[in-house]
Amino acid sequence: MDDFRSGVEQQRPYLLRYASVQLRDRDAAEDAVQETLLAALANPAAFGGRSNLRTWLTGILKHKIVDHLRRAGRESPLAGEEDTDDFDALFDARGHWRDAPVAWADPDASLEQRQFFAALEDCLARLPAKTARTFLMREHLGCGTDEICKELGVTPTHCWVLLYRARMALRECLQTHWFGR
Amino acid sequence: MRLLTCKEATRLASQGLDRKLGFGERLSLRVHLAVCGGCAAVARDMAFLRKAIAKLGENTHAP
Ligand SMILES: [Zn+2]
Repeated sequence: MDDFRSGVEQQRPYLLRYASVQLRDRDAAEDAVQETLLAALANPAAFGGRSNLRTWLTGILKHKIVDHLRRAGRESPLAGEEDTDDFDALFDARGHWRDAPVAWADPDASLEQRQFFAALEDCLARLPAKTARTFLMREHLGCGTDEICKELGVTPTHCWVLLYRARMALRECLQTHWFGR
Repeated sequence: MRLLTCKEATRLASQGLDRKLGFGERLSLRVHLAVCGGCAAVARDMAFLRKAIAKLGENTHAP
């Protein structure tokens, strides 16, 4: 039992970083991690025969993060992010590339590199809050667009616009800070 | 079938990750990507981003 407790406690720094990236708010991240650890310690039997404590805890944490994002969405609907640029600078008047992107060389190799994920986290941190929240709910937490629209109080069309902006901005950012170095 | 601009094509490529595109949309997109290297690169990068984000936090900060 004490082994379980100390094993869970050892995962705290990892979980805190994980939650900080997702929530972009240190206090909210600490709350989510605290809730996760309490839930885990309250019910060690739920861990049962699972092989990996970190994976199990991360699974619980994801649910806590979704809860926090939902609450945050309700409390601060994040208006006023509507007018951020739509990447018009990338395209000419006819809607074609001014400077066409080139394919990234062997991007999958980057998935093995810790520095790549550090660059990705930095790029995520540069996104406007609502854009980041929408994107992470979609891509990291695997929520459907219907669910995101409802939680964040936006129309599906707007949701797609936000996801488009997130992808384009992250692409540009990674191009500058990682692939184009 | 209408020809897409690159701006429209990148939007559709993104939406294709979030909803099922209609037949006409898929066709227009496929035709555009076949002739436009810039948009084809962006479409690939968007799919790659999905893969990368899914792994975020999993193997990054292993002790
Ligand atoms: Zn194009």
